[in-house]
Amino acid sequence: MSSAARIHWRSFKWAAWLGWEMDSNWTEPWLFMVYSVIKPIAGAFILVLMYTVFALIGQFRDPDLFSYIYVGNAFFIFVGNTLFGTFQVIQSDREWYQTLRYTYISPISYYTYIVGRAASKVAVAALAVVITLAFGALALGVRFEINLAQLPIFAAAFVLGLFCLVSIGICLAGISFMTAKHTHGLAEGIPGIFYVFCGVLFPLTALPEWAQSVGRGIPLTYWFDLTRRLLLPPNTISTGLGFFNDYEILALLLASSLIFFLMSIGIFKLGEFLARRAGKIDMTTSY
Amino acid sequence: MSTATATSRIPHRVKLNLQAIVGRAYPRVIGANREPSWIFFEAILPLLGIAAYVFIYKALATRALGVILTPTPSAPYGMCGPNPCVDAAQQALFQANSIANTNALIATVVLGGAMVAFWLNVLWSMASQLYWEKEIGNLQLYMMAPMSRMALLGGMAIGGMFMTSVRAITTLVVGILVFTVTLQLGNPLLLLGVFFVTLIALYGMGMMLASLYLLWGREAFNLSALLEEPIFFSSGFYFPVGGFARFGTVGGAMLAFATAIPATLGLDAMRQIIVPGSPSLPIPIPWSQGAYLTPDLEFGLLLVLAVMFLFLARYTLAYLEKLARREGRLTSRHQ
Repeated sequence: MSSAARIHWRSFKWAAWLGWEMDSNWTEPWLFMVYSVIKPIAGAFILVLMYTVFALIGQFRDPDLFSYIYVGNAFFIFVGNTLFGTFQVIQSDREWYQTLRYTYISPISYYTYIVGRAASKVAVAALAVVITLAFGALALGVRFEINLAQLPIFAAAFVLGLFCLVSIGICLAGISFMTAKHTHGLAEGIPGIFYVFCGVLFPLTALPEWAQSVGRGIPLTYWFDLTRRLLLPPNTISTGLGFFNDYEILALLLASSLIFFLMSIGIFKLGEFLARRAGKIDMTTSY
Repeated sequence: MSTATATSRIPHRVKLNLQAIVGRAYPRVIGANREPSWIFFEAILPLLGIAAYVFIYKALATRALGVILTPTPSAPYGMCGPNPCVDAAQQALFQANSIANTNALIATVVLGGAMVAFWLNVLWSMASQLYWEKEIGNLQLYMMAPMSRMALLGGMAIGGMFMTSVRAITTLVVGILVFTVTLQLGNPLLLLGVFFVTLIALYGMGMMLASLYLLWGREAFNLSALLEEPIFFSSGFYFPVGGFARFGTVGGAMLAFATAIPATLGLDAMRQIIVPGSPSLPIPIPWSQGAYLTPDLEFGLLLVLAVMFLFLARYTLAYLEKLARREGRLTSRHQ
């Protein structure tokens, strides 16, 4: 390992440890685990009740669409946690702990530090996703059909999906350098973009044509589609991406993830530069 | 101090507390306007999450209508529920019902989306605020100031309501226009009454939680994060909460818990008032077969909740103040 790589690894490792401690040391580990999975599971329950209420009122059952919604929502836990885990670092360190100025001037890559801080949230999200999927299979009758031969594609798609999410999170962190205390608006709103345009909870074909085009430009659309193809049995839902095979979807995911990675570097550097020039690196906006 | 002197000081105290309310509301209203980026982050972006929920109902409706309208050899008039439609008239009836139900559910989402703004504001800008003030060093100044702490929290609440109303109104207007939701305004007075009493009860709850969060420290602060999705779920922000009643004892227990949160009753009452048609899945009254909570009844219950939460807020504040004096650790940061 080169010395630069070693420095990055060390920054990542300690930032991940710090993130874990900051997230979890306020309580016992078991309580923290419960706390970490209740939110996403409640989110899944909202969808379960929405579907149930529709089925009750309209006397209509659609197990294919329910499975589509459920699995999409389960994997969306990664989106919320990873994005929030990255961009909130700027605002929590700057406004809450007021330590950003010290970390920022230390001889580390701040980009790597943020990625490290997000790592604990990604790990907790993974646990919540597993629990949500298991609950769906055991209690709600969601049918999974996994072909072992396709596991390498699933693993590759999974890694690329997370890579892409971290890149988008870093883009937002770059923007956060310049904005006031809007963590909650960002946390709620940015995942909302992906919620709507990436076919997470409903097929892309439910959107107007222009919105489908937006969705096809976001890498997460391909990640969700491929993940569902690999986990669920064939169904009657028209996703609007049926003309791509699995490998083509993976290639699209790879290409768009690389584009977002390069964008993350550019936007982060720009945000940093503008914040330094405007003297906003350590501002507080606590109204 | 003589009675006359104490009485003569009332106007001064009222003025002082009114000034405190205005003083604490001011930074929320003016400060927010000095940082206009919040409109994008707090009012525009959250619309997308609401849109996602609307599209779920739309996707379900499209599939349901497809089943109703698609003839098959075994069901020449499509399917009406689990059975084939008997004739074209029944098919048309099911189609009309499906469209009306979808409108009602989308209206529920739009209304819930507007009220989410207030709930988040209560959690993050009321309940967590005193803890936040402690962390940034303002709390000791508040505790030393001569006004009532209730006035301080009241100012926070009024400022928060103003900021949040912008988001709520944006959600409502955009929701109605973009998703072409049909609403009715049969009883505007009751609607306004329910809305404002719900807000008073919600913010009263926030004032109470503000003191409790301060006492519980970091653990309580994490409670705010925990009270988002689980409350959106239990209070029926995106579906008629009466749906829980179909889940037996567990559902009944969930409903009982949910009705202690003002948003649940407020949302259900407003939904019943403004969504056309008979209420779908209202909250049943367990001891009376076939009866359900009407908006008038929910208004009365909300009044009780509002008074109760304001009383509890005052009590917990007094307790907090006593504890602060006794233990002297109220302003210690990061505890």
